[in-house]
Amino acid sequence: MTRWAFLALLSHWRRQPLQLVAMILGLALATGLWSAVQAINAEARASYAAAASRLGLSQGPTLTSPDGTIPSDTYVALRRAGWQLSPVLEGPIRLGGRTLRLVGVDVLSYPALPDSSALSGIAPLDVLTPPGRLFASRVTAEGFDGDPRLVLSQDVPAGVVLTDIGTAEALLDRPGALSRILVLPDQPMGLAPLADLAPQLSLSSPSATSDAAHLTDSFHLNLTAFGLLSFAVGLFIVHGTAGLVMEQRRPLFRTLRALGLPARHLTLLVLAELLTLALIAGLLGLVLGYLVAAALLPDVAATLRGLYGAPVEGGLTLRPLWVLSGLAMAVVGAGLAGARGIWALVRLPILASSGMALRSVASGLGARHLALAGLALILAGYLALRLMPGLTGGFVMLAGLLLGAALLLPLLVDACLQLCQRRAKGPVAQWVWADMRVQLPGLSLALMALLLALAANIGVGTMVSSFRLTFTGWLDQRLASELYVRAASDEQGAAIERWLASRADAVLPLRSAEITLAGQPGELYGVADHATYRQNWPLIASEPGVWDRVAAGEAALINEQLARRENLWPGDTVTIAPDWTLTVAGVYSDYGNPKGQVMVSIPALVAHHPEVPNRRFGIRVDPAKSEALARDLRQSFDLPEESIVDQAALKASSLAIFDKTFVVTGALNVLTLGVAGFAILTALLTLWTMRLPQVAPAWALGLTRAQLGRLELCRSLALAAITALLALPLGLALAWVLLNVINVAAFGWRLPMYLFPADWLRLFLLALIAGGLAAALPARRLHRLPPAHLLRIFANER
Amino acid sequence: MLLDVRSVTKTYPGAERPVLKDVSLSLDRSETLALTGESGSGKSTLLHLVGALDGFEAGEITLDGTSYSQLDEAGRAGLRRGAVALVFQQFNLIPALTVAQNLAFHARLGGAYDPDWTATLAQRLGLADLGSRYPEQLSGGQQQRVAIGRALALRPRLLLADEPTGNLDEATGDAVLDLMLDLVRDTGAALFLVTHSERIAARLDRRLHLGSGQVA
Amino acid sequence: MNARRRLLALLLCGLPFGALAQGFAGLGTTAEGFAIPERGRALTFPADHGPHPAFRIEWWYLTAPLTGEDGRDYGIQWTLFRSALAPEERDGWSSPQIWMAHAALTEPDRHHVAERLARGGIGQAGVTAAPFAAHIDDWQMTGTPGKGIDQLHLTARGKDFAYDLRLEASGPIVLHGDAGYSVKSPKGQASYYYSQPGYTVTGTIETERGTVRVSGQGWLDREWSSQPLAEDQRGWDWFSLSFDSGDKMMGFRLRDGGPGFTSATWIGSDGSAKPLPDGALTLEPLETTTVEDRAIPTRWRVVLPAHGLDITVGAMNPQAWMGTSFPYWEGPVTITGSHTGRGYLEMTGYE
Repeated sequence: MTRWAFLALLSHWRRQPLQLVAMILGLALATGLWSAVQAINAEARASYAAAASRLGLSQGPTLTSPDGTIPSDTYVALRRAGWQLSPVLEGPIRLGGRTLRLVGVDVLSYPALPDSSALSGIAPLDVLTPPGRLFASRVTAEGFDGDPRLVLSQDVPAGVVLTDIGTAEALLDRPGALSRILVLPDQPMGLAPLADLAPQLSLSSPSATSDAAHLTDSFHLNLTAFGLLSFAVGLFIVHGTAGLVMEQRRPLFRTLRALGLPARHLTLLVLAELLTLALIAGLLGLVLGYLVAAALLPDVAATLRGLYGAPVEGGLTLRPLWVLSGLAMAVVGAGLAGARGIWALVRLPILASSGMALRSVASGLGARHLALAGLALILAGYLALRLMPGLTGGFVMLAGLLLGAALLLPLLVDACLQLCQRRAKGPVAQWVWADMRVQLPGLSLALMALLLALAANIGVGTMVSSFRLTFTGWLDQRLASELYVRAASDEQGAAIERWLASRADAVLPLRSAEITLAGQPGELYGVADHATYRQNWPLIASEPGVWDRVAAGEAALINEQLARRENLWPGDTVTIAPDWTLTVAGVYSDYGNPKGQVMVSIPALVAHHPEVPNRRFGIRVDPAKSEALARDLRQSFDLPEESIVDQAALKASSLAIFDKTFVVTGALNVLTLGVAGFAILTALLTLWTMRLPQVAPAWALGLTRAQLGRLELCRSLALAAITALLALPLGLALAWVLLNVINVAAFGWRLPMYLFPADWLRLFLLALIAGGLAAALPARRLHRLPPAHLLRIFANER
Repeated sequence: MLLDVRSVTKTYPGAERPVLKDVSLSLDRSETLALTGESGSGKSTLLHLVGALDGFEAGEITLDGTSYSQLDEAGRAGLRRGAVALVFQQFNLIPALTVAQNLAFHARLGGAYDPDWTATLAQRLGLADLGSRYPEQLSGGQQQRVAIGRALALRPRLLLADEPTGNLDEATGDAVLDLMLDLVRDTGAALFLVTHSERIAARLDRRLHLGSGQVA
Repeated sequence: MNARRRLLALLLCGLPFGALAQGFAGLGTTAEGFAIPERGRALTFPADHGPHPAFRIEWWYLTAPLTGEDGRDYGIQWTLFRSALAPEERDGWSSPQIWMAHAALTEPDRHHVAERLARGGIGQAGVTAAPFAAHIDDWQMTGTPGKGIDQLHLTARGKDFAYDLRLEASGPIVLHGDAGYSVKSPKGQASYYYSQPGYTVTGTIETERGTVRVSGQGWLDREWSSQPLAEDQRGWDWFSLSFDSGDKMMGFRLRDGGPGFTSATWIGSDGSAKPLPDGALTLEPLETTTVEDRAIPTRWRVVLPAHGLDITVGAMNPQAWMGTSFPYWEGPVTITGSHTGRGYLEMTGYE
């Protein structure tokens, strides 16, 4: 019985292959975009975790010093007191034209060495004694793969060069210095407390998540939000189709029930069918997601490395986490989409009047109820932001705003159509508008999808473009020097400074130290007292005489991130070290940097951190002479090509990093819009069988099929246009939230909002194209329809 | 002579035998003609051909001097907007439009809208108070009265009706038929009515029987 | 941890990573650039108590069977290894000298082990000859100034044990082999090897069961070389035995495919040492115990006809496994038969 009943159920798909395609493709698209985002996130997170565990970054408690350097004598003293420790010395190193992170460890005590396969054939002596060996992954080693010290090891995270501590000491020129000391898990009994033995050091127990994971949380949250949006848009397709399929099979269900199939049994069969479809679509979606993720991942990896310094490899591996999450989403999605139909099936009476599925007027109770629910959602989102400020509240508000607006859409579109209908003159026009109102309930899900996709496009596009405009202006202010030079050593730095004194208008030393600010990693910069800064530095808040006070060592400048995070503004005080507190005299914008930053005068910096290297300089010179000066400088000091960068190149590379950051966003935007277009197509196709009874009388009354086809196209274009117009205010609201709520919470900076009407026009046209393309097929079908098919409408009971 | 059907043969694509074979008939102005026949005898097909809804492969149909075989699709649509009007068994109103809009729709489409005449029709058909309703809110008899009104608002020379009372109970059907015949007489239109009911056929000027694709 | 353990094993052998099978076989290699023991070179003290960086490997090896006030038997081991990657010493991290230490406390039913590692050159580990002091992290073997190695203070601690002992030597230093030149194979591989077998030990041991005062006898071995094993030798069985009669015996067998290579020194109660050639000592396993998935002989018949010795040596705790970077068996033993007494047994190279 089961088998035959199941076959009878499945026979529907043979007659309606398009519905099957819409169902599976819709679910696959939804699952695909979702799992693509999940795959990217999972990959990135796995990279952080791997990096953290491989490098021992989060392997338990770590000793650090407030000034960033621990003498190795302290390490030996603690060892002689019995503590089991492992020293680490790390710092930036220029290799192959890039700045990489050199991590020097004591290979005897370090708890997370690369796998021994990387070590085979290498004499320990070579690792432990000069010139040493440098372990790096293939990705990292690009650019210096000819170095005889290089040993390739896939265990070393991207961007990191691992070496013995002795080698690191020499390369970083920091003899006798350590960056931090790991406290190993197994300690002997009866030790004296570390706080007594080394009161100058602070013991921090890193949280379960590494720095990278912490810093990039907001980025991943953004991606996840986008993934959910794509999934919702995809679900609209499935929901519409599933509803129709259930509706059309009602007579079949009744027949099966009448033939003695128990209701429970039938429901289970339909559920089984739904599950099968979901799994097939889910698997397809996973393949799709894998391809999308593989295509996008290199850019995401570049972004994460460039913006956050977070180590992410470019390769994608199949991870159970996102495979399962993708399949689960497909099943849940299918369940959500089919829930109403199945609920109706459970309560289906065997005998029923042949209820007409057609609804004549859209503005019925349904649309009004939806609109009320939409308003409630928007209100709830607003309240969420008030009640829980920060990133979560921001995203809840966004969700409320977007979903609420989507639910409001049917009523608003219907109102527009009603207006148009009233103003329509001819009978055809009047009929077309009225007919669109009839069609609206069937199309509103697809239109909601289009609305969301368009609003997301406008919102995210406005944010990115505003950000870019601000960022470009900020770069102009921030990169005021014509040339930037990097010396190999402090001695060379001093020599360069002397050499430049007579040749350049000004030499501005760029010196910095890594410190801990309010418990998080931060940076301390020294700023020279020079007009370059006074005129150009992008201050967003300041006290009078800010530069004089900073130059006098009385006050400090802090970046916007730190100011917003710790709520420090001019007049407040900032603690740079336990014994060093300064008044905040100004706050400057500092995009693309997740860390807090403090700027003090160079004498103040050197007084507290005499060890900070003096190797980087900004050079002010007549732009016309900068190229010649760079050439002279290179020759005089035998500097490698990459040691001197001119302003234009630096700006270009900064903008390139910026643009890469949003490649993914752009790609997801386009994909979402594509899905929305597809949603309209499937909605129109599934409505097809219901369309004929509506257009056939008009045809019988004297309209040609060509006219009907053209009108069909116009209808779709008009609906797309109305939706696009409604999407504009929603998109701008979205952009406002992104710029003023999400960005502040996620990155710590507030950005001015700029409007880009040309982009809106482009999107409007895109929406029309999507609507037009979606309607092209049904319109063509109508145009070519044999009259006999239309005549059937008059002859038979439907 | 208003309508002349001469030796028309029609075969549906894929069918083995023609549904109409060498059928001829004619109809004078203001004449009412009933076409009877069994189910599947092709009487609805003949009506569709006369209504310029479908093409045929042989023979000729002429309405008031216009030869159907000379018409392209636009020409046939033009004919449907002016000279002929149809009333179907299923009523086939436009669900998106109100009763008033439905009544006026065909006339406006054909450029022959006369508000006074349409109002008179609504009055006589008992639809005056239902103008703002939608078709699905009406009973079957009411819907068919709207369909008749929609057709006659155009003042067609020929009214085609396909089992106009087939979906109605006998009392309602008789009332609707009475109204229709009265109005047809008043407008001077000719009526070509397809029915399987001898009782209804008997009320028209002339009757023909269609059997095995041929007129008897 | 496995990668590190393997790395260490290889480091200590001074060989390319992964170039050879794990274990002690690596000790049997050529000594390019390193100093080689020479027959006839007289050992001089206190200088030779200190390190010999030109030699590849060296150890300070102290074992002591002990008895507690609680009446239970115990044993402790304290070993500091020096392994040179190059025959030189340098200051700072770039020193090629690597230090490793093992400490153990054996109870009849438990065996505690700890291991320490250190780079030379930074002060974390090292040995000075006079005043004598050997240390790694907080473990130490320190001599009283002016008394060479006759009075020692010995400490070590691990996760679950610690000891703090005073050692007082009652006899002279014993030179093994030919005045301290100890041959290790028929092919002539040799090491410098001397001992102080006659310490009286007092002090305390500590476990989670509490602190116990202990006393007993201690034995210090000093050995350094650059090529202690021949290519085909796979491990050794080494005995240090103190008899109730006051006599002592050091004996070992280096195992190869054949009968092996044995060597022994008979130490009279007056401290006089008599070296015995290959073949004089016979060692016969009587019983094996499964330890860490391998069969380890834990009861031996030891026969030295020249001194009327025919004894059975049994492990106090057969599970005295040293699960360190180099795994091996080391623990206190009890002697029965023609002589009675206590001692220590070390067995390496059992796979």
